[in-house]
Amino acid sequence: MSTASAVDIVQALQKEFGDAVLSTHEFRGEQTLIVSADKARDILAHCRDALGFDYLIDISSVDNFGSDPRWEMVYELYALDNGAKTHLRIKYVLSEEEKAPTVSDLWPTANWHEREVYDMMGIEFDGHPDLRRILMWEGYPYFPLRKDFPLAGKPSDMPDVAFTNAAPLAGGPFVTSPTSASTVHREPRSREMD
Amino acid sequence: MADSPAATLQHAAYDSKIEGNVIFTQVDTAINWMRKNSLWPMPMGLACCAIELMATGASRFDISRFGAEVMRFSPRQSDVMIVAGTVTYKMALAVRRVWDQMPEPKWCIAMGACASSGGMYRSYAVLQGIDNLIPVDVYVSGCPPRPEALIDGLMKLQKKIEGEHSTLAQMKTGAAPVETEEAEA
Repeated sequence: MSTASAVDIVQALQKEFGDAVLSTHEFRGEQTLIVSADKARDILAHCRDALGFDYLIDISSVDNFGSDPRWEMVYELYALDNGAKTHLRIKYVLSEEEKAPTVSDLWPTANWHEREVYDMMGIEFDGHPDLRRILMWEGYPYFPLRKDFPLAGKPSDMPDVAFTNAAPLAGGPFVTSPTSASTVHREPRSREMD
Repeated sequence: MADSPAATLQHAAYDSKIEGNVIFTQVDTAINWMRKNSLWPMPMGLACCAIELMATGASRFDISRFGAEVMRFSPRQSDVMIVAGTVTYKMALAVRRVWDQMPEPKWCIAMGACASSGGMYRSYAVLQGIDNLIPVDVYVSGCPPRPEALIDGLMKLQKKIEGEHSTLAQMKTGAAPVETEEAEA
């Protein structure tokens, strides 16, 4: 299957899994599949075993704060056998109570990716062998990439390990807005001023 | 002129063998002069400022012109900690621990915007200035600072060391040497 194009692969997956593939779309030659959460692990396993996606580039998560289901998991796959010409992105949504299935037994690299997702977003993974924080320290009480977590951070204290304080934003965050007007309009400005 | 033993003793201070090689000074001045010209840095390189710190140590800028070329990776042999880079909260207590392991007298240079104030990282993960944890003697601005700026900071630290009165304070009070940062604050 390693010579198959991305479009063929999407069609093969749709044929194999039927309704579990909820929708597909293409952007600049890259194929994205939105699949159902309970079949996601089977589809990812099928991609690796039958379709030759031997490289898991990344796992990321999206916080759609305010909507239900809140989480969206994103898996980026590559097939290295054909010179890494085939890229596939697989997404599924999760509600806040749900756990994501681990793929660390399929791709060992997923071990750390999933730990990062857990650390930053607080999504737990079913069957992960070692689900600890990876960037922040054990005992840090928050999940800092959630939308309801302030950019400046929150105070916390783990004696002899680490502490945090809220950063002074001084009117910030200062953000640039893309515009075709002059550089004066493009320069970073406080969000509070708008 | 007769070389009587008495005359030799009387004029011992003007012995021609050592004349011209003796200077009179104060203990503090002598000690400070020795300290300031032999500052062994602890390179706490944590981000891109460390690259400029390396450039400062290399041949083009050559920090050894100021006696500070002996970068020590053991805190127990260091005099001045150059905090070069972004101090995350995860790293902060390690920096503090290394600082605590440095013997007195010790000084600290906060090199660059991040070490001085958190810099552009107004974030949950970054300590907003190393002076929240350890006393800083000299702040060097820049992102990252040019080697010239760091050398200027080092020269400012040398000026500061010149004016310290540690020995005098110790003799007056009989106490342990006053911590430099408090004495200079």
